Amino acid sequence: MKDYFAGIMAVLWKDVLSELRTKDILLSVFVFSLLSLVIFSFALRTDRATVAVIAPGVLWAAFAFSGILALNRAFATEREKGSLEGLVITPVPRDVIYFGKMLGVLLFMLAAEIVLLPVFVVLFNVPLDVPRLLLIIFLATLGFASVGTVFSAIAVNTRSREIMLPVLFLPVVVPVIISAVEASARVMAGEPWDNLSVWLQVLVAFDVIFVVVSSLVFEYVLEE
Amino acid sequence: MNDSGPPAVETRRLSKDFGGRRALRSVDLRVRESESLTIFGPNGSGKTTLIKILATIVRPTGGAVTVAGFSLPQDALDVRRRIGVVTHQNYLYDELTCCENLTFYGRMYRVQDLPDRIRTVIAQVGLEARLHDRVRTLSNGMQRRMAIARAVLHNPSVLLLDEPEVGLDEHAVNLLEDLLARLNDGRRTVIMTTHNLERGLRMSDRVAVLVDGRIVYQEARAALDVERLRGTYAQLAGARA
Repeated sequence: MKDYFAGIMAVLWKDVLSELRTKDILLSVFVFSLLSLVIFSFALRTDRATVAVIAPGVLWAAFAFSGILALNRAFATEREKGSLEGLVITPVPRDVIYFGKMLGVLLFMLAAEIVLLPVFVVLFNVPLDVPRLLLIIFLATLGFASVGTVFSAIAVNTRSREIMLPVLFLPVVVPVIISAVEASARVMAGEPWDNLSVWLQVLVAFDVIFVVVSSLVFEYVLEE
Repeated sequence: MNDSGPPAVETRRLSKDFGGRRALRSVDLRVRESESLTIFGPNGSGKTTLIKILATIVRPTGGAVTVAGFSLPQDALDVRRRIGVVTHQNYLYDELTCCENLTFYGRMYRVQDLPDRIRTVIAQVGLEARLHDRVRTLSNGMQRRMAIARAVLHNPSVLLLDEPEVGLDEHAVNLLEDLLARLNDGRRTVIMTTHNLERGLRMSDRVAVLVDGRIVYQEARAALDVERLRGTYAQLAGARA
């Protein structure tokens, strides 16, 4: 078991170190989300009540599309330098590679999202219950990263990978996006825990399903 | 060489199809422990596919494969622990230093006393001075030497080399050949593919020729010289054209 986690941490350490030097994922996610939020804030200039209705959708549209960019880069280093084969021939179970890569994507997406949250508050002037919103962001991003890592590994071997990834991935992750938008709307409206618990349960359920299924199928994705 | 023991690598009636195209056809190969085998063959003959199957990257379509006593694809994890692989691609991460690359692979292979082992292999490939430089700052030749350091880091008993000289100039190829000769200390089984008949013959105990996915010729080095090999190879590869 110790070796299992050591393998996951080795993959994560390698990805974090590479990312801190290139900043490919962090910058692309941050800049794309920022631009999306700015464009939406100017395009949807309207009264306070309408903003409260559309703000959760805007937030998650920005996070979802920028998340695609992060996932497109998840296996980019391996693809460009042929290192995916190097990773495949290491003597670790395939789910070790999956969890290492998935945690990296999760970490980079969360970092960019947390930095963007204050920008969102300023641009849309919505009251935020930060702890509850952070919980929603974590659960939704986990769902995103867990299933997105698998689709990223599938798309990396296709010719039109930048197009294939969103086409394959977005329909699958729609329940996560809907749950995140609904839960966020209730948090922004200041509703009590009871009103959003059903959406949190849906998020947790999808996270569990996505993580378990993704870790199981990843072996077949890596096979040629 | 251990002539009596079990083979380090054995394939029986090995075949591989990619869609409708047959890349390997009933390949029978037996490589003894500590033996060096060089496989020659024209482009598209199946050399890389064969190496990829032995390296557990590609699953065979039919036949049986054993590497270091373990069957593929069932015992892939056990095989991976015992093989080192060098291909045209270096499997290195450009943005990491040589030391960080070796640390990463060392952790994946659970190498004991990793810092000591890294110092040993980096000295073997003559890159001590570049240990803390990023891989992208190394020349192609140096990167290939780093790839060899990565491949032998966990002290594999079987070394698979798929045209390791591709993309290198003559000087770098000579350095690579010296390095491989030093690393092939008689304890490792080495299977190499190359187009260079002279070098391949010099570096092996036995040669084989693969044409159209079939092993069409095998001979011990002792029974060959370069001219004879050149003539035989031209005949076999030419017959295909």
